[in-house]
Amino acid sequence: MTTLESFTKITPAESAPRGLIGGAPAAYAEPKAERKYRREPGFPVPILIAPATIWLIIFLFLPLISIFVFSFWKSTGHGMTPAFTLQHYRDFFVTEGFFDPKQPDFLTPSVFIRTLWTTFRFTITVMAICLVLAYPLAYFLSMQVQDFKWQLALFLLAMVPFWTSYLIRAVAWLPMLGRHGLINEFLVSIGAVDEPVSFFLYSEFSYTMALVQLYVVLAVGPIFFSLAKIDRTLLEAARDMGATPFQIFREIIAPLSLPGVAIGMIFVFVMIMGEFATAVVVYGGKTSTTGTVILNYYAIANYPFAAVNAFMLMVAMMIGVVVILRLVDIRKEL
Amino acid sequence: MARSTPEHRRKARVKAGFSVYYVIFLIFVYGPMFAMFTLSFQGPRGGVTFPMRGLSFYWWEKLTGPSAVGDLKSSLVRSLVLAIVVMLITALFSTMLAMAFRKRFRGSGALFYAVMAGLMVPGVLLSLGLASLLRVVGIPPGWWYSGLGVHVVWTLPFGFLVMMAVFNRFDSRLEEAARDMGADEWTVFKEVTLPLITPGIVAAGLFGFTLSYDEFARTTLLSGGQNTLPLDINASLTQRVQPTLFALGTASTLFSLLMIGLFIVIYTILYRRSR
Repeated sequence: MTTLESFTKITPAESAPRGLIGGAPAAYAEPKAERKYRREPGFPVPILIAPATIWLIIFLFLPLISIFVFSFWKSTGHGMTPAFTLQHYRDFFVTEGFFDPKQPDFLTPSVFIRTLWTTFRFTITVMAICLVLAYPLAYFLSMQVQDFKWQLALFLLAMVPFWTSYLIRAVAWLPMLGRHGLINEFLVSIGAVDEPVSFFLYSEFSYTMALVQLYVVLAVGPIFFSLAKIDRTLLEAARDMGATPFQIFREIIAPLSLPGVAIGMIFVFVMIMGEFATAVVVYGGKTSTTGTVILNYYAIANYPFAAVNAFMLMVAMMIGVVVILRLVDIRKEL
Repeated sequence: MARSTPEHRRKARVKAGFSVYYVIFLIFVYGPMFAMFTLSFQGPRGGVTFPMRGLSFYWWEKLTGPSAVGDLKSSLVRSLVLAIVVMLITALFSTMLAMAFRKRFRGSGALFYAVMAGLMVPGVLLSLGLASLLRVVGIPPGWWYSGLGVHVVWTLPFGFLVMMAVFNRFDSRLEEAARDMGADEWTVFKEVTLPLITPGIVAAGLFGFTLSYDEFARTTLLSGGQNTLPLDINASLTQRVQPTLFALGTASTLFSLLMIGLFIVIYTILYRRSR
């Protein structure tokens, strides 16, 4: 008998069943003594988390709390003074003549609610398009490309634009979409239209296109990761049991990739809700988003009203995120 | 071929279809940028759309000339300095946080969501909140502290997720072995942990650098009159758009790509060495 075997040889007491029948379970010695003198290894947690925590308090939480607080302050025309007034919230919800039956448009919501609604509507549209475009791409990369190196390379290639200036990428749409832009040239040359169409640029179309191009990569990433994590033996098993490719997709792949879809959609949602610069570049400032409203009121020094708009934007975003989280349980993914 | 069953041919067709889709997707994502690159070499009499009226460096020269949009050189320097500082802080903080998250501690859930909130809160809200707060306190904003602050809030979650992934695959037995041999915490970190996680730290830094270098929304109210490069680009958008802007955009994009390439090279070298 070698030394190793004698070490691993199980004594009768240990091999006895520890369950309901048979001998009493072997006494298990808690390694308490060892724990007592052996401190948890590694640097102390408080030191590790303190700098980042303080940083986040100053540059993330204080600004957000300020928005909430300042939304109740009083605007003085060139600044604000501490107060508690709901005037700015009234201004946000109620326009002049709202609920006044003598006015012809007494039920029309205020321009600020409508702006928020437009922002929201655009965001949902762009989200849907991003999902439709991103899912097949992520599926291709994770399921069809077999070699890991190729997978990574093709994934990075698709993701690189995310690391470049988004203002520049918005500007880059101008030569594509204008009256003399590439798309018009192309349509005229194949005879699809007789003369250049002007609706491509400075329109909902250009705005949607630009937003999709700017943010679609954010949806690709999480979907790709959740698809790549799916256990391939599951698919193998389903195939062996005679499932069609469509059944495999519907019963296995789609449900397992839902958390990634939810995370991707949350990214796209929050990014576009806070969007303001793209509208100026490719929509010619013809529409405003709640983001532009916030900056405009900041520019004319009405800080409390900017804060009200910002707070309502936050509320709308939270509702959106909660709805997405209600639909999909992403905890498994984190 | 023996493998040419109907099933295989169907699979090949599906794969080919997806590949075509991938290429179309790349054209969609990169196409506008290539149009911009090309048009930056527009002749002097050309405009911001095709056709090209000659081929020249006219707009590139205008970009480097003194009459360029704003004061490009100093805003570029500011952007670079900011990006480098953000990179260092992101790498440091995300490493420290991820090391803390290797253990259980009270409030870890809250801290996790707090870090992730940086990803979720739109830049315009942070800009507004911090700018009005600074106004009330009476400190004028400046890119080198208020801008830096919100940039790190934005880049930290990316770096943090990278480092979490790194430590998820980390073999702690190596550290235990070093400790058993009597090494103190600093030695363990310096000699064992750090060499193994350096590629991850570089990746976290990449996120910090590039995301900060291109960040616009979060700096918009917080730069205190001294513009960073994206702010200058935005300012030039309000004027008549000229091919100069395309030259600037091309230069900026090429620089971003160069940085990404550089980081990938460094990452690969370090990764090979850490194996």
